Amino acid sequence: MIEDFGYARTRRTLSSTAKLLSALNLDGPLLVGLGFLALYGLAILYSASGQSVDTIVRTLIRLALGAAAMLALTHASPNFLRRISPWVYVVGVMLLLVVELTGVIGKGAQRWLNLGVVRFQPSEVMKLAVPMLAAWYLHDRPLPPDWRAMLILAVIIFLPAGLVAMQPDLGTAALISASGALLVLMAGLSLRIIIGLLLLAVGGAVAGWHFLHDYQRERVLTFLNPQTDPLGAGYHIIQSQIALGSGGVFGKGWMHGSQAQLQFLPERSTDFIFAVVGEEFGLIGLLGLLALYLFIIARSVWLAMQTNDTFSRLLALSLALTFFVYVFINAGMVSGLLPVVGVPLPLVSYGGTSVVTLLAGFGILMGLYSHRKLVGS
Amino acid sequence: MDSRVRIKDHWNEQRIFASRTLGAVVVIAVLVLTLIGRLTYLQVLRHDYYSDLSQGNRVRLDPIPASRGLIFDRNGKVMADNEPAYQLELIREQVPDLNDTLKRLTALHLIDRDELDDTRRMIMSRRSFDSVPVRLRLSDEEIGTFAVHRYQFPGVDLATRQTRHYPYGQLAVHALGYVSAISVQDLEHIDRVTYAGTTLIGKLGIESTYERPLHGKNGYREILVNAQGRSVQREGAFSSELRSQAPIAGDDLVLSIDLAAQQAAEDALADHRGAVVAIDPSNGDVIALASKPGFDPAAFARGLSRTEYAALADDIDKPLFNRALRGTYPSGSTIKPVIALAGMTYRAVDPSRQEFCAGVFRLPHSIHEYREGKGGKHGYVDLEHAIAKSCDVYFYGLASNIGAEHLAEFMTPFGYGALTGIDIGGEKPGLLPSPEWKQKTLKQVWFPGDTVSFGVGQGYLLVTPLQLAHVAAVLAERGKSFRPRLVTGVRDLEGNVKPIAPAALPGIDNIGTDAWDLVLHGMIGATTYGTAAAISKGASYTIAGKTGTAQVFTVAQNEKYVEKNVAERLRDHAWFIAFAPAEAPRIAIAVLVENGGFGASAAAPIARKVMDAYLLHVATSPAAEIAVPESQASD
Repeated sequence: MIEDFGYARTRRTLSSTAKLLSALNLDGPLLVGLGFLALYGLAILYSASGQSVDTIVRTLIRLALGAAAMLALTHASPNFLRRISPWVYVVGVMLLLVVELTGVIGKGAQRWLNLGVVRFQPSEVMKLAVPMLAAWYLHDRPLPPDWRAMLILAVIIFLPAGLVAMQPDLGTAALISASGALLVLMAGLSLRIIIGLLLLAVGGAVAGWHFLHDYQRERVLTFLNPQTDPLGAGYHIIQSQIALGSGGVFGKGWMHGSQAQLQFLPERSTDFIFAVVGEEFGLIGLLGLLALYLFIIARSVWLAMQTNDTFSRLLALSLALTFFVYVFINAGMVSGLLPVVGVPLPLVSYGGTSVVTLLAGFGILMGLYSHRKLVGS
Repeated sequence: MDSRVRIKDHWNEQRIFASRTLGAVVVIAVLVLTLIGRLTYLQVLRHDYYSDLSQGNRVRLDPIPASRGLIFDRNGKVMADNEPAYQLELIREQVPDLNDTLKRLTALHLIDRDELDDTRRMIMSRRSFDSVPVRLRLSDEEIGTFAVHRYQFPGVDLATRQTRHYPYGQLAVHALGYVSAISVQDLEHIDRVTYAGTTLIGKLGIESTYERPLHGKNGYREILVNAQGRSVQREGAFSSELRSQAPIAGDDLVLSIDLAAQQAAEDALADHRGAVVAIDPSNGDVIALASKPGFDPAAFARGLSRTEYAALADDIDKPLFNRALRGTYPSGSTIKPVIALAGMTYRAVDPSRQEFCAGVFRLPHSIHEYREGKGGKHGYVDLEHAIAKSCDVYFYGLASNIGAEHLAEFMTPFGYGALTGIDIGGEKPGLLPSPEWKQKTLKQVWFPGDTVSFGVGQGYLLVTPLQLAHVAAVLAERGKSFRPRLVTGVRDLEGNVKPIAPAALPGIDNIGTDAWDLVLHGMIGATTYGTAAAISKGASYTIAGKTGTAQVFTVAQNEKYVEKNVAERLRDHAWFIAFAPAEAPRIAIAVLVENGGFGASAAAPIARKVMDAYLLHVATSPAAEIAVPESQASD
């Protein structure tokens, strides 16, 4: 009897949690994955920031803001999202132009828009606005997209990406382009065109070399051979590889990473936090982190597959896959597979508005899933 | 234009989505595997390599210099030791207002007003947490001044550094040598690892020759540093194990120098240019080795400015020149005892036969006149009196009778024309001429007149004061001799002295006892009734000696050398060699006074003072009283 009672209570608790989740339009497994990732991130951030409580508090505030955005967006129906997509996009592009103009007036890199209380990066909005508008554009059109549609999609993607690249913020521009491009790929772009575009991209890279800022060129060059400038531009790459390599399989232990704690590793709590994980928790710690990411991505893709209108499916898949691109670019850059572009490790790196944008994206994804039309039921 | 209207095909779209998603999953899998492969490469395969790099990043070796070995005289008096030099150091990040601090230090005369800008620039060029020396070698007074005002200068403090100290100042500088900052040239032949942390290196004399044992072995301390090079106490939350290795001090050296004799030699030389070398004939120990003028070795340890060094190097009296080892001069009449031995050994003379000295010597069939150096005539003299009275005419003839080949052959075992092998570097071999040498080097035949001059130590023969001291020692020991040496033992950290055995040189055994006796009597005669009779006055021991006068320039035929008519630097060099007590010699000595005129008056009294100091412990001026405090010496 007693065992029976306990079993019944467990079931009741589970079902009431499930009820609460479904009332909030939240997906349990994805939420759990994101929660563990945030906890892991906070633990490593505490170590990487040199045991700064202030950093943890600020990150908690951003996580709370992101969670609020996520909760709010889960209630947005696909139709509502589709209707507001053009407006979000237009407002975002206009904000980018404002930033660009103030950037001309000020000097150097200008990415922020100071709204008095909050400082805000319009480029972050575009990470969501670009796939939304692309999905909106393709929603009523037959797939795969034809040449005219491709042209328009290219404008939708590369107008904001170009503006962001001019800020100059190559990392975010790459992510915006990726989110749009992935969506177009999912929409069924033919393989021949994909190969053609890749060739074009190579040609563009060669041509684009002339338009890169000196420091951007230097980044590419030192990526190709970091030893040429060990104390200058190659320093980041060399130090992050030392951090990873010296961490070994099991790591040096939490708060025991000499590369991170003694500040040999630059940007240890932001772009290079992946190296801190590798140094202090070793290969085991990194595999654990990658497993968490892959779980979140897999769940997101699964959720996207369950939606059944074009807009939802394209947007959801794009969000899920962009998240992977985020992880891969950061991990690739820190481990020396990719050049150093300023892409943070999602939900782990300190700072920026990216935490809010990312959680907002997951909110949209969960909303699209929970508002799906249940075909045949 | 494509006029067909395409409509949405939901089943087709579903298929596209499915296949594309599958494709994405495959791409993701490939990329993730690539990433894991890269991480495995870095963290497993290259782990050791990167661990070393990481260790090199975080740990810096801070060398702890070993303290340099001390140098003692034969009685255990310290001739060279180490003392802390105080310097003022400033840590920028701990100074509230740098300009104000520097201004106030200037007001206290701790920083020179002219160097203020340079000092500020130097501070700004270093890292903010580095301790930057702003003033080297403070005097006691300046240390006091700063100590009183220290509380007004946060971030400024006194720091100590070991530097070399010579308690007796310039005394024996040409034997001891000196130390100075390691130069770029030094770096080429020393092991940089061994010398990490060492600031001074031996440059001359004992300090240079015995650099290895004196240097010791530097230790190190591992310190944890962060990326800016700042020393930190801990990494992250926990402290880590750091190693250290204590330095091993250099060996202490015990010299054969007797400070009292050395002091007597330098005092007696006074302002003359010259050298004194005294050797214990029974073992080759160098009792005194002086070359004047000298210089202050502390100035080199402190660091000389370009102009200070130029002043020393360009000085007409050449204070940096070690006359005792490197000065080569004609031997003058100091050669006569050896010529006499040669004459008796080759049976070229009847020692008891009286020869008539009329003040002039002529070779057969020649009109060239070889004159008595000092002028005058000795009348009838035998060999013993010829030595005692230094009769040139007698020896002109004797040398001619022996012949040049025999002379060179006979003199070689005495050490003429060869290095004595003393244990400090820089020695010159001098020159022992022979007909063969002249033919080879000058491409000229040896004239009979060359042999005549040779008999009185003029001509091509060149000797160093050290060589003549060695000759005196050979005469004292009747052919037995030892390689001259300064270091007699090494004292380890526990204070045990490990003695170094004297090195005996091949003896001379082809000379009869009668010959040795006669030369001894001739040399005793020189100091009793002969040329140097004045120096035996009041001596409680017997001195055997020989004066010498080396010509700097040749007096023309029919002209007379008048000392006071000749410019000071063209005057003859004065020599005196001696050993005492004559019956059981304990000291053999050679004295050279450049441009001193006659050996009897200029050089012999100096030898007497040194012998008194060594044999009777009569201190002309006790070394301890003369000792100049370091702070004054460096001014």
